[in-house]
Amino acid sequence: MADSAPLWAAAALPLLLAPAALAVACADGRSVAPVREVLRLLVQQPRRTRAADALATRTGTVLLPLAAVLAAAVVPLGATPVSDLGDGVVWFNAMEALAWAAVWLTGWGPNSTLSLVGGYRFLAQGLAYEIPHMLALTTAALGAGSLRVTEIADAQRGLWFAVWMPAAFALYLLSAAAMSFWGPFGQPAGRDLAGGVATELTGVGRLLLLGGRRLLLLTSAAMAVPLFLGGGHGPLLPGWAWTLVKTGAVLALLLWLRRRLPGVRMDRYTELSWVVLTPLAVLQALVVAVVVLP
Amino acid sequence: MLSAVLAWVLALCAVTAGVLVFRFDSMARATFALLASLLCVAGEVLLLGLQYLGVVIVLMMTIEMAVMAVFMIMFMMNPAGLMPMAMLHNTRAAAALCAALFALLATGVLTADWPRATGRPPADPTFELGMSLMGPQILTMMTLGTALFATIVATVVLATRRGRYDRWGDDLRAARPDDPARGGVGR
Repeated sequence: MADSAPLWAAAALPLLLAPAALAVACADGRSVAPVREVLRLLVQQPRRTRAADALATRTGTVLLPLAAVLAAAVVPLGATPVSDLGDGVVWFNAMEALAWAAVWLTGWGPNSTLSLVGGYRFLAQGLAYEIPHMLALTTAALGAGSLRVTEIADAQRGLWFAVWMPAAFALYLLSAAAMSFWGPFGQPAGRDLAGGVATELTGVGRLLLLGGRRLLLLTSAAMAVPLFLGGGHGPLLPGWAWTLVKTGAVLALLLWLRRRLPGVRMDRYTELSWVVLTPLAVLQALVVAVVVLP
Repeated sequence: MLSAVLAWVLALCAVTAGVLVFRFDSMARATFALLASLLCVAGEVLLLGLQYLGVVIVLMMTIEMAVMAVFMIMFMMNPAGLMPMAMLHNTRAAAALCAALFALLATGVLTADWPRATGRPPADPTFELGMSLMGPQILTMMTLGTALFATIVATVVLATRRGRYDRWGDDLRAARPDDPARGGVGR
């Protein structure tokens, strides 16, 4: 069993994640415009709205990237996460749930209709994606018989969970895009709302929210590796390299899917999620339970 | 030593945030002050070594309070706190009741003959706590859980204005359901 990384790794984690998230943003837009945008936002003059709840906006914008980095703390690079918690899967789920509070607070804060609609959209989307997502996480934990992320990765030495739990893996990928309100699930910050939750944000606040969203996407893509793709296990290359390669592959798949899929409205997705995806996830968990339990 | 300091800091933060719930005019702030208070409580549970319970409290309370914010803003008369509104009712009797309750609990804490700790903490305190709380009663708890869930579903079904006759016609033979919102599965 792997140990936790040394203490300095906790400080290094955001420094590692931030450039990676920026790289994902560049790959997503197929240009270096995000780099220029980051520099512009860092020096941009802040703009305020009337009767704004500045505390709510600030809490929300800071909480989103913070939650993403804290969730990344249990994702192992190779075999070693920053913190090898015994309940790592639950921790990951709890941290990404903080995104609910963060996005809604950011939408509420500026006292602006469009950003408020964006915040509410994210809560509706959350209610849609969260149940299949939790069941997918539970299925992976059930397959390994442990909530510890490194043990789940170790349980896949022989066969990847993605191979014999394909439905759980697919649901996890869907919810990874949905929780970072990105791609087909980007409606909370959609163009039809002039930017949704980010409408009124300027400067560093905007950078934190939009960057936090990329961080969340990156973290959830990286978490797919220990949960479903065998973690750092693989031939020839060292563990950390396999983790990076597989994370890159998951991200490439998500970016490819984004270009193939139209935007999803959350009211329609809620019905699909509750009528089709949740029973599918329960069925997948049942199959895994029947295979594992005896 | 460090954990004792941390426990006191978290306890003070929890109580402060709890007081703030009633000081804020804005329902959004009140809801998230309550969330902050509950997250401090989760920290206390983590300090007790009940890792799973602590993390689950964070998970459940965050989602619960995010949904609660929607309801608070929907139903309270002054959601954004733009007009003065008191969250306090019957203040004198409530203060007397709280003081009496606090005195009672404090007396209990100080005078009770607490048992001495023997042995050492188990390897998985959450598991042991669950076993000692409801080990023999797990069947009762499962039945109760199912009954509660069935009650929730039944209440929602009874409260919905539109039933299957509205959706599928009087003889339930409409080709597609007549729903106020378009879209979804199979439509």
